[in-house]
Amino acid sequence: MKRVNRKENKQERWQTKRAGGDFVDKLYAYRNLHAHALFSSLGRLVASRFSSAMTIVVLAIAISLSSGFYILVANLQQLAGNLEASNQISLFLKDEVSEARANKFADSIRKNPDIQDVKLITKEQALAEFQAYSGFSEAVKALKKNPLPAVIQVLPKNAFENEQALEVLLDDFKRTAEVDFAQMDMQWVKRLQSIMELARRGVTLLSLLLGIGVLFITANTIRLELHNRRDEVVIAKLVGATNGFICRPFLYSGFWIGFFSGVMAWFIVTIIMLFLKQSVENLSRLYDDSFHLLFLGFAETLSLLFISSVLGILGSWIVLHFQLRQLKPE
Amino acid sequence: MLQFDHVSMRYPAAGDVLRNVSFHLERGEMAFLTGHSGAGKSTLFKLIAVIERCSRGQVLLDGENLNQVKDRRIPFIRRKVGLIFQDYKLLQDRTVFDNVALPLVIAGYGHHEVARRVRAALDKVGLKNKEKKYPAVLSGGEQQRVGIARAVVNKPPLIVADEPTGNLDPELSAEIMHLFEQFQQVGVTVLIASHDISLITQMNHRILKLDHGQLVAS
Repeated sequence: MKRVNRKENKQERWQTKRAGGDFVDKLYAYRNLHAHALFSSLGRLVASRFSSAMTIVVLAIAISLSSGFYILVANLQQLAGNLEASNQISLFLKDEVSEARANKFADSIRKNPDIQDVKLITKEQALAEFQAYSGFSEAVKALKKNPLPAVIQVLPKNAFENEQALEVLLDDFKRTAEVDFAQMDMQWVKRLQSIMELARRGVTLLSLLLGIGVLFITANTIRLELHNRRDEVVIAKLVGATNGFICRPFLYSGFWIGFFSGVMAWFIVTIIMLFLKQSVENLSRLYDDSFHLLFLGFAETLSLLFISSVLGILGSWIVLHFQLRQLKPE
Repeated sequence: MLQFDHVSMRYPAAGDVLRNVSFHLERGEMAFLTGHSGAGKSTLFKLIAVIERCSRGQVLLDGENLNQVKDRRIPFIRRKVGLIFQDYKLLQDRTVFDNVALPLVIAGYGHHEVARRVRAALDKVGLKNKEKKYPAVLSGGEQQRVGIARAVVNKPPLIVADEPTGNLDPELSAEIMHLFEQFQQVGVTVLIASHDISLITQMNHRILKLDHGQLVAS
């Protein structure tokens, strides 16, 4: 009996020692576990550099496609954004309409309560403006007669947002005797903007698809890694590893794969943009330098890296969620 | 410490592997489990490690019903059981030190504590100077000692060994068995499955004999 008691005492001491290690020590240990998983997964990526490189290149191409289209649309939008869409209508007056009659006509339009502003540009003003801005001043001087028509610029009230009402107004002007030709100045801008909207949606959809692709490519890579390290996982489980402990290095692997793909995609996009930069600037110079190529900015680069890392983590999480349960120790 | 209470285990394909098995191991007790191949020894161990759950009856470890534990709790139950395998189950790409350290790393021990305990465990099994070696360069007996060091490094109250000497010659087998006796003497409960009747009868401990899934001697 006495002997049994002694055994129990020893057992108790044994147990208290088991709980050893103070809180700070454990906190450090937890941090070390993460650091270890972070760097060991990086190490494994480097160790199998050929297959890692192949995966990362494929992912980088997918990611650079969607970010490339994104930056393309952003550039086009910048181009379209310089042109403010307004409802301004230009009335080109017939050649025989005198300046006095044009003034009278402009006054009559001004009285219309739907009209916000009216501006008459006489033939002479138009010519002066043309000479100043077009660069054809010498050629114009050579002309015997002013070829430019007088123009009345009509700005309807803002309430006139309705496209159809504008059309009616435009048709009314077209039927007026003084008017040779009437057009809505910015109609093409609106069309361009609709096209841009369509392109933006297209890019969003494409990015979504490519993102799903990235997700599943990562998932498959992690699945292979999980398969290769099956023994390790099973042994870790047998000696009491939680799923969290087992998942951690794989999640970090997913993170690294996503992160490096993002970095590589950034380089792909940037190199392509640098490649295009010269020709775009040449083109822009021909159009009085109003356009400059947009590159991936700081915030965009950050979100590119963030999204690709998250996709990597998510991809490996999917696999771990569905496959870890099947890895039972035998 | 470990109690089997009318435990039956039925696999859909193989039928009844364990039938109405009942026994109780006291804290600090050492017992051998013997029986022909296919008598249900491995299944019994799977129930202790919660790799499987029994079809009927209940398995109690340290008062906890293993049939009812939630999946989330299983890792913590396994930390109370030091498992030892016939094929050692060592990680071939890790050093002896890292292999033995695994349970401590998993349990979240700090670096210094891990090093101290691993060295103590390796010292205990007589492999103090082999910590930097890889398992592949060790002999079978040494590999099994690494496996034992890994099983005891976390100081579990129960050690369960499945044919730990199955691949070893008689002299090494006896040494390994004496090692287990030393753990028993400091209060650890030990259950060892073994074929080696002559060895285990010499050792004068309780013997549980399984025959076609039934406990025929205890």
